[in-house]
Amino acid sequence: MNQIFTIGLNHYLVVAAILFVAGLLTVATRRNAVAILMGVELILNSASLNFIAFSKFVQGQIAGQAFSLFIILLAAAEACIALAIVLAIFRNFKNVDTYKTTLLRE
Amino acid sequence: MNWINSFSATTLIFYLLAAISVGCALSVAFSTNILHSAFALLGALSGVAGLYFLLGADFVAVVQLLVYVGGIMVLILFAVLLTREISDIKISNVSVSLLAGLPTAFILLALILQILRKSHFPTTIAVSTTTVHRLGDALLREYLLPFEIASVVLLIVLVGAMVISRRAVKEEIGADQQNPEGQEVRR
Repeated sequence: MNQIFTIGLNHYLVVAAILFVAGLLTVATRRNAVAILMGVELILNSASLNFIAFSKFVQGQIAGQAFSLFIILLAAAEACIALAIVLAIFRNFKNVDTYKTTLLRE
Repeated sequence: MNWINSFSATTLIFYLLAAISVGCALSVAFSTNILHSAFALLGALSGVAGLYFLLGADFVAVVQLLVYVGGIMVLILFAVLLTREISDIKISNVSVSLLAGLPTAFILLALILQILRKSHFPTTIAVSTTTVHRLGDALLREYLLPFEIASVVLLIVLVGAMVISRRAVKEEIGADQQNPEGQEVRR
């Protein structure tokens, strides 16, 4: 019982694992391109949570938080470009279903 | 009644935030309406930001709230609302091959949990201090090169997103000018 109520490293890792699996499931099963992007954001968040949990519980160094900042930055960049591409695809195909937009040309 | 002693406010807050994050993440994965998925993602990101606060990473938590919840979520909502067939639930957020996806996800989750159970990490709980000073020091000293590369990446992203979306707008305006009997000229 003591292990359940004293919050340790493993609690955060389990939460991150569940977030990762939910994101992977979203990426694997969705057909809407924007929904796939949401899954990618969930996966990146779970990795970031892992970094910060390890930086708190294992060494107490600041490196984990710095990496987490870089992850957030790259996620923002990725979301910006990917949504621009999604909008361009939508203007060309009038659709963002990844099963229907399989051609690289019009 | 030993476990009563170890039950504290931290435990309660952790389980609350973890429930919010996990519940919203599962809602992102299983909701049939994409707008509900987007708002559930908002909840999941906010819950993770709360977990960052609980872990003593105050600066990263604030950045998460500003960049993710304030920036990326607005982008995603715009993309959701700009793409058509949003009102049609069956088309907008259809899930395929859940039959194959769910067992794979469960097996992966079981694998990760098994690895966590078997592995042992040498934990030493760090003293919680404000992290902004140390983080700024690290970013401008040890991680100066990644920091600069990150700023270059942001600049490229700024230009790239503009180029990608501008070409689409240009083509549309060109198409509208070729047949002036078109219904409406956007922009």
